[in-house]
Amino acid sequence: MTRGFIRHFPGNLSEVKLIVNGVEYEFDLDPRTTLLDLLREHLGLTGAKKGCDHGQCGACTVLLDGRRVNSCLILAVAQQGAEVTTVEGLGTAERPHPVQRGFLDHDGFQCGYCTPGQICSAVGMLDEVKQGRPSAVTTPGDDLLSDAEIRERMSGNLCRCGAYPNMVPAIRQAAGE
Amino acid sequence: MKTFEYRTATAASAVLAPDAAFLAGGTNLVDLMKLGVATPDVLVDVTKLPLDRITDLPDGGLRVGATVRNSDLAADPRIRERYPVLSQALLAGASGQLRNMATTGGNLLQRTRCTYFMDPSTPCNKRAPGSGCPARAGDHRNLAILGGSEACIATHPSDMAVALAALGAQVRVESATGERTIAVTELHRLPGDRPDLDTVLDHGEMITAVDLPALPFATRSAYRKARDRASYAFAVGSVAAALDVADGLVRDVRLAWGAVAPRPWRATTAERLLRGRPATHENFLAAADEELRAARPLRDNAYKTTLTRNLTAAVLTRLASAGEAR
Repeated sequence: MTRGFIRHFPGNLSEVKLIVNGVEYEFDLDPRTTLLDLLREHLGLTGAKKGCDHGQCGACTVLLDGRRVNSCLILAVAQQGAEVTTVEGLGTAERPHPVQRGFLDHDGFQCGYCTPGQICSAVGMLDEVKQGRPSAVTTPGDDLLSDAEIRERMSGNLCRCGAYPNMVPAIRQAAGE
Repeated sequence: MKTFEYRTATAASAVLAPDAAFLAGGTNLVDLMKLGVATPDVLVDVTKLPLDRITDLPDGGLRVGATVRNSDLAADPRIRERYPVLSQALLAGASGQLRNMATTGGNLLQRTRCTYFMDPSTPCNKRAPGSGCPARAGDHRNLAILGGSEACIATHPSDMAVALAALGAQVRVESATGERTIAVTELHRLPGDRPDLDTVLDHGEMITAVDLPALPFATRSAYRKARDRASYAFAVGSVAAALDVADGLVRDVRLAWGAVAPRPWRATTAERLLRGRPATHENFLAAADEELRAARPLRDNAYKTTLTRNLTAAVLTRLASAGEAR
């Protein structure tokens, strides 16, 4: 495990320790720094996208201590010691994550801008399903991976190209792996 | 974003600095800070306090800690079984990502999504007292039909709070000067001529928990939300209800409405009318109509009166028939 020491701003700084994709970092951060800006601007991890920057589009979705979140609405200083996984930490071109494999096999994207957020969201969502967590369309005894369930559970991720139809089987395929 | 100092809360009873604000999940506050609507000098992070548990109360109710995440609350087996209306309301709100961050206390204290409040380049009596309200003549399609004033017709945007109002939840509050308990239906103020004050909380008072009273018939309860798209949108109207029917008569009923008022609107007039009466669609409509006599809709939001009336009857009729099938 390598350690990075990254100091960017003079003045009112807060010390923050974070584990990003398995690597521990220490930062001296302007407290205004969002988790998204830390990932993109300080660590060069540009997978998570700044779409709306207001928690409305889901393009910035990453996993925080294993749960999917909008990184644009999270202050990095408030996440002392947390573990963050971005799309870069899920898989590689040679060894894609099952969700990445599913998106490739089913052509689950067009321009690709929302895709890292969609993939991180799907990974978090599949874990929620595994835990038996309900969604707004769940009725007891139903299949938690029906088309209606996948669509509802993924509604926090918008796709301007409208590639939704192919994401549904992509995610269901990943769930089976 | 204006700069601020970040601190971690060490106790709910600590003194809060004058221009400080509590930070929990941040899903609303951080957004408002980006927009320049909220400009605290100090953020006091309450998420490290031990307020993230759901515990059983001696009377059969539940105590929900203020920092329990919305997703965890919705998935709790006790909530799903005893208070399905609450689980459904939570799951109808926001997205999976937002519910993973948003907290019980923060959800209650979120601000209105009125377009003028959210835009510092426009007047708004809630954001800038005395500056005026463009909403009455302007964009008010999703604003209040009940409880508004000349100064402000903002709606409270929460789904969760509507279910809590129906259930008669109590909000536990703590500050340097002591503790108190407030009915969730009394937490949010009607705007009057002070729309800048959303709640009855004093500066420095922290919500520590929400108590759900034992309510056996709430096992038969439901939340229904109308919105402009199938998912991930604020309500244009919503209904939280619990119904106790015996021999075709309403023994007890709890009814609250969302997206129609500055607070979750407990429909006490309708409840009173329904107790002891036959549980019929016609009676449900009549009760809703009576409650809605106080409605003062404007040019573009009169649809909410009809929508709320019809949603109410639909939800109660479904609950009534679900009961008879048992």
